[in-house]
Amino acid sequence: MMSNKPIRAGLAAAALVAAGALLLSHGVSAEEAAPAAAPAPTFNKGDNAWMLTSSVLVLLMTIPGLALFYGGLVRSKNMLSVLGQVFYTVCIVTVIWVIYGYSLTFTGGSYFIGGLDKIFLKGVTTDSQAATFSVGVTIHEFIYIAFQMTFAAITPALIVGAFAERMKFSAVALFIPLWVTFVYFPIAHMVWYWAGPDAIDAAAKAVEAAADPAAKAAAQTKLDEVLADAGLIFSWGAIDFAGGTVVHINAGIAGLVGAILVGKRTGYGKEVMAPHSLTLSMVGASLLWVGWFGFNAGSNLEANGGAALAMINSFVATAAAALSWMFAEWMAKGKPSLLGILSGCIAGLVAVTPAAGFSGPMGALVLGLIVGVVSLFFCTTIKNAIGYDDALDVFGVHCIGGIVGAIGTGILVNPALGGVGIIDYVAGKVADYDFATQVIAQFKGVLTTLIWSGVGSLILYKVVDILVGLREPLEKEREGLDISDHGERAYTA
Amino acid sequence: MKIVMAIIKPFKLDEVRDALTSIGVHGMTVTEVKGYGRQKGHTEIYRGAEYAVSFLPKIKIEVAVATDQVDKTIDTITAAAKTGQIGDGKIFVLSLDTAVRIRTGETDTAAL
Repeated sequence: MMSNKPIRAGLAAAALVAAGALLLSHGVSAEEAAPAAAPAPTFNKGDNAWMLTSSVLVLLMTIPGLALFYGGLVRSKNMLSVLGQVFYTVCIVTVIWVIYGYSLTFTGGSYFIGGLDKIFLKGVTTDSQAATFSVGVTIHEFIYIAFQMTFAAITPALIVGAFAERMKFSAVALFIPLWVTFVYFPIAHMVWYWAGPDAIDAAAKAVEAAADPAAKAAAQTKLDEVLADAGLIFSWGAIDFAGGTVVHINAGIAGLVGAILVGKRTGYGKEVMAPHSLTLSMVGASLLWVGWFGFNAGSNLEANGGAALAMINSFVATAAAALSWMFAEWMAKGKPSLLGILSGCIAGLVAVTPAAGFSGPMGALVLGLIVGVVSLFFCTTIKNAIGYDDALDVFGVHCIGGIVGAIGTGILVNPALGGVGIIDYVAGKVADYDFATQVIAQFKGVLTTLIWSGVGSLILYKVVDILVGLREPLEKEREGLDISDHGERAYTA
Repeated sequence: MKIVMAIIKPFKLDEVRDALTSIGVHGMTVTEVKGYGRQKGHTEIYRGAEYAVSFLPKIKIEVAVATDQVDKTIDTITAAAKTGQIGDGKIFVLSLDTAVRIRTGETDTAAL
């Protein structure tokens, strides 16, 4: 008999949410603007159109892209449970994001988390603007909210692959909202939150324009404040274009912890647990690749050369990684598998995610060739040596691929290697590149993410275990989660 | 009456069916099965997981025939299903007590 606790908790939460939302929202076209004094915004329909499209593309990545990729890899008796867990994640995170997720992630507060200034999207109207990476260029804030929302949704959806085929739906249903709140929002804030180029540019120009030493000192203090109004990892100078740390390392380590805590699937290593439909996995992987252009090129926030670079890198690194995995497997195992080329493709996409707008295309090519082999090594040799059951290789592909990409980004952003360098908004030009400084910053970002997500996820899994229990009872696991959790069969023929 | 049960390679089904029709056997039951005898299976590899799959897909044909038709049936099936490679299959003959045609109620040989 399923526990009623999660159902009652969910209904209570929904009632509270509905009440709060109605009380605090004033209607979308009201005149209350956000207090920040931004320069007169330029409404570029091309930028906005691209970002609208990108948001939809990232949704497509998750449903049905990720859902099918994962679903095809499990046994048919568990197909619906995977599809359902992914779909549920999109829905619950969407709701949470607009209530408090966006506010916690993308407003000022501390180095670790933002504040509640924009709870229930308070103050955001159809006129509100969000900064891009170019001074004086903005996009509609609702679009930015939607775009980031899709990232917040796909990240926890990635995790479910690690503990697939044996974690209860009620456990997943409770874990996801807790995880995004205590792990995803802080990490996204730490890596991506900053005051924006317009605020920095204005403060820097004020310092230059200041006439006497007193005014200059005051302006300098103001500039320092603006620069400090950023997430911790961002303030270290670590760069992550589209989410190598925020999404992939984050989800990857959370997946590994979950897979170990919930335990191996019954019969793992003895019974045949072959994918029930690599055909659907191929459909899913292809949708992931297509949608990923929204993920990477959309992270440029404008439809310009930066987006074009991110697009070309997302083609090249992906293809290179798919080929390098395929050929490495061909040599090592004797046959090139379809699952191998698909996995290499995903690994390449993961690795190029932090690098997409920073690396040159040839750098992306090299990155892809490397990550294909490294990821294959972790998904096969390392995994079998240690013996954990990361069912769909979330750690081997996303965590390891993300680490390769994150460190690689620090190397490939170097203009000498074809990278675009990092813009110094105070000086108004591309900063001088220093290998040691940048790579160390990347390492710090990677380590912080691993620790925050690893430890945070561990605690949350334990909490969920105490409240509803993580693992399906043996008979239910044997019968299949589709019948046990959902009362349905994926295939009736 | 007897039931002649044959396990054959799947691609031989049409050949065997045509051959049986030509000797006057007009009905049969066909099932998709898995099995092995001396034929070796294969290895499947999915990322880090390797599976030795010993069960191979086969087709099982069951026909009910009059006792005096059994030898001709066996010879026909053998000739049609044989490739000469390991895994061609086996034929078993089982006793059949009664047969009934549901639509008309005819029994035994009249029902075959």
